[in-house]
Amino acid sequence: MALDKAEAQKVIVDQLEKKGKSKSKFYLKDFYAFFPDEKPRTVKNIVNELVGDGILEYWSSGSTTMIGLKGAGKQAGAEGED
Amino acid sequence: MAKHKTPLLDQLESGPWPSFVSDIKQEAAARAKNVKGLDYQIPADVCEDLLGILELSYKDGTTHWKHGGIVGVFGYGGGIIGRYCDKPLDFPGVAAFHTVRVAQPGGKYYTSAYLRQLMDIWDLRGSGLTNMHGSTGDIILLGTTTPQLEEIFYQLTHEMNQDLGGSGSNLRTPADCIGSSRCEYSCIDTQELCYYLTMRYQDELHRPAFPYKFKFKFDGCPNGCVCSIARSDLSFIGTWKDAIQINQAEVKAYVDGQSPAGGGSHSSRDWGKFDIQKEVIDLCPTKCMAYVNGELKIYDKECTRCMHCINVMPKALKPGKEKGVSILCGAKAPIVDGAQMGTLIRPFIAVDQTMDKQLSDFDSEDEWVEYLDEKYADITEFVELVWDYWMEEGKNRERLGELMIREGLQKFLEKTETDPMAVHVQHPRTNPYIFWKEDEVDGGWERDIEEYRKAHAR
Ligand code: HEM
Ligand code: SF4
Ligand code: SF4
Repeated sequence: MALDKAEAQKVIVDQLEKKGKSKSKFYLKDFYAFFPDEKPRTVKNIVNELVGDGILEYWSSGSTTMIGLKGAGKQAGAEGED
Repeated sequence: MAKHKTPLLDQLESGPWPSFVSDIKQEAAARAKNVKGLDYQIPADVCEDLLGILELSYKDGTTHWKHGGIVGVFGYGGGIIGRYCDKPLDFPGVAAFHTVRVAQPGGKYYTSAYLRQLMDIWDLRGSGLTNMHGSTGDIILLGTTTPQLEEIFYQLTHEMNQDLGGSGSNLRTPADCIGSSRCEYSCIDTQELCYYLTMRYQDELHRPAFPYKFKFKFDGCPNGCVCSIARSDLSFIGTWKDAIQINQAEVKAYVDGQSPAGGGSHSSRDWGKFDIQKEVIDLCPTKCMAYVNGELKIYDKECTRCMHCINVMPKALKPGKEKGVSILCGAKAPIVDGAQMGTLIRPFIAVDQTMDKQLSDFDSEDEWVEYLDEKYADITEFVELVWDYWMEEGKNRERLGELMIREGLQKFLEKTETDPMAVHVQHPRTNPYIFWKEDEVDGGWERDIEEYRKAHAR
């Protein structure tokens, strides 16, 4: 069965908020772990859609991309981008 | 007068090589003059401050750039790399100095009008500094501010019909050689294949999909002008399966000195009379050639398609007629496990030479792409098997080549549905064990315990 986007969003936001105390940026692979029964590709597509929706945001070192809740962590404030 | 004193950088200009310091100074001076009267959208002294902060880094022995950022253009998770300096008050011109990666045209065919248009955008909205090209092959625009990003993106896409390239954990901007557009050696239409895969994998190119970066490169023949074998996770090299085509009369013309060897290259010096034995036969790496009684013979079964004989006598020899690609996997630069060249996994995937229709033969680009879907189906199937495996098993920041080492070639062949063959063997085995899988053994592992107990007491 295809992964429901609204349900997936809830799982992702819950998980990131729970872990948010210690970490604000996550690897794509961390999101796969929230949905052990889903194909990585399916999860990846939902994560990217949630970025488009403004729920999540990318952070890039230039070589690696990380993903977190939009506005979480000190990055946004420090860069004057919020 | 320069804004900052830069004695350490000035010293770099004294060597025999062209200097990036001189280049940046030149751009700084041009911006200060502003002969075109541009309404600069980022600080006019950006290049001055770039020199200033670099000088300071040399003095302090440490970088003054922070790592990474959240900036990008809407809908894209790549193509823009956020850069901020940690001394914004002293060097306000480079407080934000983001990089923009722009997809280069296939085969790097430019018109001067195109380059002018690109620079008109970049002089106005960026530092004016570029890197043509990055190691990936794309156009690198160095240094702009956040508010300019969407503006640049809009102009690139709407006025120049040009897209951003890849960065981060995305498919990186694919790159190809000029291929059959100009090169007689090409065994595949590199530009068609490169464009097609770029379009098919737009999502992977623009949004992070992988544990780390992933690169495609396309060489039309084993001469490897884009060096895909060393520069890409998946290297596509045009090749042939049947015999090298020989024109014996033309071979003779080389032997008699009528045709210049190597197409007349290196002719600034007199190398003496062409000696086919010394310059071709003896240099064939697999020793599969002979020149006997005025006739060139090739034992094609042993030929590794190194291109040497063809390069030396292009009028006499041509690649065979049955053409396709070899695919090599896992090349990468150092960091973990050292640098690595690609490993040959699929020696030959045929590309149907009769499928030679062009975009202009179709009513729409969609129909053309459908045609290409069919033409390159064996290639995309392989690409997607590789990705499925790497997405599933690759660790964070683990390149494909590192995963291949960690889990072994055997696993890679299995996951990519590739039958093991002699070309996969590099040297005799060093591991004495053979691990059988259940389906390889008659009767399998299962046993009937009741049956067993009849003969063996507990
Ligand atoms: C004039 C200055 C610069 C030049 C000529 C330059 C050139 C390049 C080139 C050619 C690449 C390779 C791109 C590719 O693989 O296609 C690159 C990558 C990179 N540059 Fe620069 N760069 C400059 C300034 C900077 C600055 C100021 C920073 C950091 C603040 C930086 C950080 C990086 C990073 C992290 C990468 C690697 C990205 C990746 O792994 O893909 N560069 N640069
Ligand atoms: S790689 Fe081969 S086909 Fe491509 S430009 Fe070089 S020689 Fe020509
Ligand atoms: S292509 Fe290379 S290996 Fe093949 S016959 Fe010519 S020189 Fe020998």
